[in-house]
Amino acid sequence: MAIIELEDVVKEFTLAKRSGRLRRAKSSVRAVDDVTLAIEAGAMVGYIGPNGAGKSTTVKLCTGVLVPTSGSVRIAGVDPTRARIEVARRIGVVFGQRTQLWWDLPLRDSFELLRHVYRVDAARHRANVDAFVGLLAMDEFLDTPVRQLSLGQRMRGELAAALLHDPEVLFLDEPTIGLDVVSKEAVRSFLLALNRDRGVTVLLTTHDLVDVERLCSRLLIIDRGRVLEDTTVNGLKERYGDERILVVDLEEPRPPLDVPGAEVTRAEGARQWLRFSRDEHTAAAVLARVAEQAPVRDISIEEPPIEDIVRRIYEAWRS
Amino acid sequence: MADAGADTRHEARVQLGIYLRLLAARIRSDWQYRTSFVLLLLTQTLVAGLDLAVIAVLFGRIDALAGWSALEVGLLYGIGGVAFALADLFASQVEYVAKHIKAGTFDRFLLRPMSPLLQLSADQFALRRSGRLVQPGVVLVIALAGAGIHWTPARFFLVPVAVASGTAVFSAIWVLTSSISFWTVETQEFGNAFTYGGNHLTQYPIDVLGPWLRRLVTFVVPLAFVAYFPAAYLLDKPDPLGAPVETALAAPVVAAILVLAARAVWLTAVRHYRSTGS
Repeated sequence: MAIIELEDVVKEFTLAKRSGRLRRAKSSVRAVDDVTLAIEAGAMVGYIGPNGAGKSTTVKLCTGVLVPTSGSVRIAGVDPTRARIEVARRIGVVFGQRTQLWWDLPLRDSFELLRHVYRVDAARHRANVDAFVGLLAMDEFLDTPVRQLSLGQRMRGELAAALLHDPEVLFLDEPTIGLDVVSKEAVRSFLLALNRDRGVTVLLTTHDLVDVERLCSRLLIIDRGRVLEDTTVNGLKERYGDERILVVDLEEPRPPLDVPGAEVTRAEGARQWLRFSRDEHTAAAVLARVAEQAPVRDISIEEPPIEDIVRRIYEAWRS
Repeated sequence: MADAGADTRHEARVQLGIYLRLLAARIRSDWQYRTSFVLLLLTQTLVAGLDLAVIAVLFGRIDALAGWSALEVGLLYGIGGVAFALADLFASQVEYVAKHIKAGTFDRFLLRPMSPLLQLSADQFALRRSGRLVQPGVVLVIALAGAGIHWTPARFFLVPVAVASGTAVFSAIWVLTSSISFWTVETQEFGNAFTYGGNHLTQYPIDVLGPWLRRLVTFVVPLAFVAYFPAAYLLDKPDPLGAPVETALAAPVVAAILVLAARAVWLTAVRHYRSTGS
């Protein structure tokens, strides 16, 4: 059963621009442009796109913060536009850069306050707190005021806080932004365990494509308010993954080389990046052609990061 | 229907309980910075005294103001001041809605299963503002004892009713003026004219105001119902323009109407926010 359903959802914002002394010209922008999608209960879905693509707006529409201009949103069959409070009890939300914890109080107090706000009974609450403290290794800082926590500790606190009322759906907006490698990994393992053991549906927006590779069974690539691709990580790689990047360090800086079968995508000082198709040329052949033109000091070969793949999808759509 | 009523009352009690817990959390947070808390509390107590000083200076030069003696004006100051201080303590925090909208943090209140207004009030609750209750409270007690009121049961009950109504009137004005910031941010100054400015108006008999201003504070922004009409009723003072002293008894009705209006405007404002995102 689909737990998140969007049907023909449009969200327009009106922008007022000053034109002339007093007059204002109004223009409207479609932040979400006719999106229809269904997400099955228990899925982990990555929602990715550049800044301003409409990711956060979509999350706000799903959580009842914003009301769509047209179309309908259903979370577990309930319309968040009309029944905001009912939906609020059934979802958890973490906005990576904003806190929902009580800054000057120990983390434990925030949990206790949220227990009352969400009206969770004491036994259930205790069981959840114990479970999350274990999973997220929060013992050491459970009694520390939130303002003294590191970003990684705070993010673990935010995740637990968003989950204490047993939500069916968890919305995450940039959950790993600014975290160090260890904390990122802790957050990712926790989300995987949560999804596996509790069946929580997760929708996350992110810029970090490692998040996507590690976590998401499904990938929605959006731009300018529209869904460009609805796919999986493997699906993307199969389609675009035959490319490799040959990075060469030349003896001295040169203008971008003209190598048949490869294309220079970047040049910085003496270093140049050449993209080629693995199916059509071997790395050795490309390197030999480079060496014919300029002496080479060092080389390495990279897989195109998923980021590049995504960027190329945008370019293809925008042109 | 009886069940629905009981449910509503139960729901209101639960919300109040949660609200009080949030207030307690806020007080615990402030207590982390003890010294600054105590200093600010003292400052707030003293600042409230400046208004009183103005009245004292005034009555050092004259014996009566529009037929009101110093203690009688003290009664106005006391009722209006206590009502204002209570609204300042519990409702003035709605002003912060503009900051929350600008910073994008208002969304958080919409993500929780609770009234955003209650959350806003609890979020910025500042116990130090209770210092502003001290001076008008003391003056009120002195004026009630010394202004020569002929006590009847009705007059006795009017005192808490007037204070509660006045608190509701000021709170409603706060909510109304803050709601405007959903449409245009940066209107706090405008709002302050009605709240802080209104507080000053209640400290004087409205006879000293011109007829135009008098009509404004009776019918448009009903500040006359906060202190003037109740005090006139307590003192059995005839109104120079002929309003019966019983006008005071309408104070709770006026307050209720204003509260309902504020609620409607606030809900419209939140709906506007949810459809425009700003």
